[in-house]
Amino acid sequence: MYLSVEHLTCGYGGRPVLRDFSAGLDKGAFVAIVGPNGCGKSTLVKALSRGLRPSSGRVVLDGRDVWSMKPRELARQMAVVAQETGIDFDFTVEEIVAMGRLPHLARFGRETEADERAVTEAMAATDLLSIAGRLVTGLSGGERQRVMVARALAQEPRILILDEPTAHLDIAHQIELLDLTRRLNRERGLTVLAVLHDLNLAAQYAGRLLMMKDGCRYAEGAPLEVVSESNVAAVYGSRVRVTVHPEEGSPHVILLSGEGRRDEWAC
Amino acid sequence: MRAIRGRRVIWISAIVLLVTLILAGGVGAVRIPPWEAIRILLSRLPGVDLTADWKATSAVIFWDIRLPRVLMGALVGIALSVAGAAYQGLFKNPLADPGILGVSAGAALGGAVAIAFLSRLQVSGVGTVPFFAFLGGIAAVTVVYRLAAVGRRVPVVGLLLAGVAVGSFSVSLVSLILFFTDRQARDAIVFWMMGGLGGANWEKVAWLLPYMASGIGALLFYWRELNALLLGEESALHLGVDVEHLKRVVLVAGTLLTAASVAFAGTIGFVGLVVPHIVRFLVGPDHRYLLPAAGVVGAIVVVLADTVARSTLPTEIPVGLVMAVLGGPFFLWLLRRRLKPAEA
Repeated sequence: MYLSVEHLTCGYGGRPVLRDFSAGLDKGAFVAIVGPNGCGKSTLVKALSRGLRPSSGRVVLDGRDVWSMKPRELARQMAVVAQETGIDFDFTVEEIVAMGRLPHLARFGRETEADERAVTEAMAATDLLSIAGRLVTGLSGGERQRVMVARALAQEPRILILDEPTAHLDIAHQIELLDLTRRLNRERGLTVLAVLHDLNLAAQYAGRLLMMKDGCRYAEGAPLEVVSESNVAAVYGSRVRVTVHPEEGSPHVILLSGEGRRDEWAC
Repeated sequence: MRAIRGRRVIWISAIVLLVTLILAGGVGAVRIPPWEAIRILLSRLPGVDLTADWKATSAVIFWDIRLPRVLMGALVGIALSVAGAAYQGLFKNPLADPGILGVSAGAALGGAVAIAFLSRLQVSGVGTVPFFAFLGGIAAVTVVYRLAAVGRRVPVVGLLLAGVAVGSFSVSLVSLILFFTDRQARDAIVFWMMGGLGGANWEKVAWLLPYMASGIGALLFYWRELNALLLGEESALHLGVDVEHLKRVVLVAGTLLTAASVAFAGTIGFVGLVVPHIVRFLVGPDHRYLLPAAGVVGAIVVVLADTVARSTLPTEIPVGLVMAVLGGPFFLWLLRRRLKPAEA
C-alpha cells in the first residue's frame, strides 16, 4: 500500500464523520472516491493531507505516518488540488504555478533551472503557456482551476489528490483535466486519488472506485463492480439504469425520474 | 518583467529616500544647504579630514537634532509600511492596517496612563511614556491572541473580532483617563497621541533600531511563505507552509514594529494602510519586492510629512495630523477608484 488510512476516526467539533475508517491505494493507482453529499469524502481528503487532525487512527504514506513528517516533506510527495478559492491578489499565472516549487526550495536558494523547467512543463501540460503572463484575477473559474492543477503539478508530487476538481469546469475542460490526469497516471506513474461528484466521469477514468456512505466504505473495486443499480439506489437513494459507455466500456449511469415511484426508495 | 520592475522601484525609491533625508535635514529655522549637510556627514566618518567651513551650530543642529529626527521618521515609516503590508497579506485584505489588532490603541492607552499617572516615574534611557506605550501595545495584542486562539490554532476571523473589541475598549479607557485627569495631562496626552517626532535623539534611535531590524528581518525572511498564504490557509498548508507558525511570526513582528513606532512617535495613521496599497499597485503582490519597496516608500512619506509638519507653521504641527489631513482624502480617493473600476 502506498497510501493507507488505518482505523481513522475524524470529524469536526467532536462529531465524528469518519468512524474507524480504513482504506488504501497502491502506487500508480488511479482511485476515485464517490458518494452523496455528507458521506465523508472531503473529510477523508482533509485527513489525508493533514488538513484535519484525526482523533484516532493513522494516515500512512510510503510507510511513514504523515503527521510525523514536516509539512514541507509531505508537500514534496503529495500535492492537493482543493476546490477553487477566490484569489484577490494580482499574481500572474506563472507566479502562482511557480509557488508549487515552494516545498523544494531551500531557504535562501534561488530558483534553479530544474525549478523553471518544472513550472514550464506544468503549464504546458495544462495548456496555460499562452496565458502565462495574465493576472489570475482576470481568468474564468475554469482557467483558475487549471492554474491550481498546474501549481500542483509543479510540485512534482508522487501522489496527486484532487478534491472535486471538475466542479467549476465546463464539459470540454472537465474532459481535458481528466484526460491529463489519466495520461500522467499512465505515462509517469503518478498516483491519483480524486474525489469526483460525477459518477460517470469517475467510472470512465478511474481504475478503482471507492463508494462511501455515511462515513463508511460501502463498496470498493473496479468501476463495473461498484457502479451497479442496486449500489446506486442504496447509497444515493436514486433509481438509475446502468449501461455501458460506447467507447470506454465503463459503466454509465442514466438517471431516472423519481416521480410515481416513492415506494421504491429503500434507504 | 515583474522582477525587473520590482528591483527598479526599490532602487529608485532608495535613492529618493537618501536625497529626501539630506534635504529634510536641511529644513528648519536654520537652513542647511544639501552640500553642506553632506560635508558635515562626511566629516564624521573616521579617517576623513575636512576643514570645517560651516558654522559649528549648523553641525550640532544637523547631527544632534535634525538627523536623529529624520532617521526616526524613516524608521517609523519603514516599520508601519512593512507591518501594514504583512497584515494585508495575513488577512488577505489589501486594506488592512497595522493597528487592526488593537496594538495602536493599546499603545495609546499605555502612553496615556504614563502621562496621567506615572509622570514622576523615571525609566532610564528611553523615557516613561515610550516604555509604557510599548508595553501597552504588546499587552493589547497578547490579550487579542489569547481571546482568539482555539487550542494551538488561531483563526483569522477571531483575531479580527478580538482586535476590534480590544481596540475599542482601549480607546474608551483613554477617554476615561482624559475625562478624569487635569488639564495639563489632558493636553499632553492629546498632543502625544497626534503623533510627533519632536523629542528624537540618537539614544531613542538606538532603542528603536533593534526592534525595527528584527521585525522587518523576520518578515522579509518569510516572503515566499507570505506569498503562499495569499492563496488561502489550506493551499499554503498543501504547499508545506507551517501556517500557524507563520501567523505567529507575522503577529509578533507586526506588533513589535507597530508598538515601537507608536511608543516613540505617537499614532500616525494611513501610512501602514495607504503605502502598501500604492506600492502593490507598482510592484505587484509578491512580498519579495512588496515588503522592501513598501518600507522605503513609507520612509519617504513619513519624512516628507514630518518636514511639512515642522516647516509650515511657526509652531510644530503633529505629524499624525499632517498624515490625517493629507492621507485621509488620498485614501478616500483610492477607495473610490477601487470601488468603481468600470469608470476608469
